[in-house]
Amino acid sequence: MREIEYREAIREAIIEEMNRDSKIFLIGEDIGKYGGAFRAYKGLLDMYGPERVINTPISEATIVGAGIGAAVTGYRPVSELMFIDFTTLAMDQIVNQAAKIRYMTGDNLRCPLVIRTQGGAGRGVAAQHSQSLEAWFYHVPGLKVVMPSTPYDVKGLLKTSIRDDNVVIFIEHKMIYLNKGVVPEEEYTIPFGVADIKREGSDVTIFTYSNMVFKSLEAAKELESEGISCEIIDPRTLVPLDEEALLNSVKKTNHLVIVTEACERGSVASDISAKVTSKAFDLLDAPVKIVAGLNTPIPYNSTLEQASIPHKADIVKAVKEVLGK
Amino acid sequence: MAVLTKELKKDLLKTIIKIRRFEEKTIQLYQIAKIWGYLHPYIGEEAIAAGACAAISKSDYIISTHRGHGHSIAKGADLNRMMAELLGKATGYCKGRGGSMHIADTELGMLGANGIVGGGIPISVGAGFSCKMEGKGRVAVCFFSDGATNNGVFHEALNMAAIFSLPVIYLCENNMYAISMCSDDAIACRDVAKRSAAYDIPGVIVDGTDPEAVYNIVSKAVQRARSGKGPSLIEAKTYRFGGHHPNDPAEYRDKSEAEYYKKEKDPVVNYKAKLLEEKVISPEEIDGYEKEIIQMVEQSVKFAEESPEPSLEQFLEEVRSI
Repeated sequence: MREIEYREAIREAIIEEMNRDSKIFLIGEDIGKYGGAFRAYKGLLDMYGPERVINTPISEATIVGAGIGAAVTGYRPVSELMFIDFTTLAMDQIVNQAAKIRYMTGDNLRCPLVIRTQGGAGRGVAAQHSQSLEAWFYHVPGLKVVMPSTPYDVKGLLKTSIRDDNVVIFIEHKMIYLNKGVVPEEEYTIPFGVADIKREGSDVTIFTYSNMVFKSLEAAKELESEGISCEIIDPRTLVPLDEEALLNSVKKTNHLVIVTEACERGSVASDISAKVTSKAFDLLDAPVKIVAGLNTPIPYNSTLEQASIPHKADIVKAVKEVLGK
Repeated sequence: MAVLTKELKKDLLKTIIKIRRFEEKTIQLYQIAKIWGYLHPYIGEEAIAAGACAAISKSDYIISTHRGHGHSIAKGADLNRMMAELLGKATGYCKGRGGSMHIADTELGMLGANGIVGGGIPISVGAGFSCKMEGKGRVAVCFFSDGATNNGVFHEALNMAAIFSLPVIYLCENNMYAISMCSDDAIACRDVAKRSAAYDIPGVIVDGTDPEAVYNIVSKAVQRARSGKGPSLIEAKTYRFGGHHPNDPAEYRDKSEAEYYKKEKDPVVNYKAKLLEEKVISPEEIDGYEKEIIQMVEQSVKFAEESPEPSLEQFLEEVRSI
């Protein structure tokens, strides 16, 4: 099977969907000739023209608002916010407008809008370009939150997001655009709310998503050599969340480690920990362990930046602790 | 340019009266707590919605504000469903989920009132893109207040609408107050229309208490938009007769100021007088309108009161799917 880069998988998903449905268009900053900050839209302006690849000024609120206005009038826009840090500039449009509009109007207005963005640390771009803010959107009723880790997942889930009749916050990670992975040539989509077992195991469940899936896989490999078998569950979509897959895995392993790059306070990880603890306390042989980013603005200095997010060693340590080893 | 026929003039008057009587009724219902939450009456500003919506067609879009009942009525909304929404009933436009600040209806091209000042302005850009891509000459009229023009999204949106030549008519209802903040103290260039210079689009001021003047100026902007020439900014000078909401005595403004506007610039009184003087309409016909409208408003209250509450079971079921 062929392997392609994460960003190529995004581009393929967009092309397939835009060819399928003329109501789909792209809107965002530097998505024209520049091809997007991570080049996921390379060549799309030439393919679809400026009417469907709308290159905007730096106006984040209006990039989202324009998506809403077009979505409620019959189009299927993909609004791009270059960094998740910039969603702050569009929060009214995302939280008060997009998330509410279908429900608040009694289903009168449907809003099939995808807001594509990316987050995460590791590139030395400091505190305003490195955040993991998924918990904000996870918290707001009316938003779906998708965080794909692999090229396969990003393609299938982006296609599903574009076809969904609701608002989807589609969060990529800046460190994985060049990762390669198997992506079939044939068309496929991935349903929301279905976790993927990235590695099967029997001793401990590692629940993780986005870039931390890869650090967890590295940790699992190391632990395997020590005779510890890890099962890695990647929910792929945080809203809706595949609780069943998680609980089934915990039923098998009786141990849970949750790994996230975001800081722990008020995080998705702490919420999931609470869910498992309250719903499956009896299944757990030890308290749930969370491996998370430090409670800090992400520093510029590379040593400090790396110290602020989890690594393989942190995951290995947590797994051993939870197993009492 | 559309001509102001006798029929059109009569329609404008009917719409103005309809909005006024509906709003008077909502205030009564608010005072006896049948309507709760927030209520922002449009009294004094009726001529703007009436004139603007008469200048567009049913298939065109409007984007409204927290003071939005008048826009819905002028776009053709059903008073029964509006009143039911205000009473939180299942038969309301939003099934009782939205209330006064969130009435929307795709059939009417009404893309929503909005609880956030300025919140609808970026959405109008999307409606504009949609109209342009569709290529059928459809336009959008975006209503907003003087207060909204001091919000950053106003500038983002007008700039974007201008660079992409979107068919959107930006219609500022300058009623002089953003709750208590007088627009003269809030807007550096005083006239909102002047802000159009920054986007290189037409910016005009119109008497927002004169429905014909609004109709004419909006018609011009619509023609421009439909012919692909892009957006316009219209500042309709008007006055909010009451406080920000029915419980606001508006003590921050000079009593004589409000008295002046109520006496000299009441769109209902003035437009009736104008059409009588022009012999477009007879006093009997006006009485007929009033009777018919009051009956419609009463009927809407009856409909709303007799309508069922939203189902709690259904609500809980829906919550699980959000």
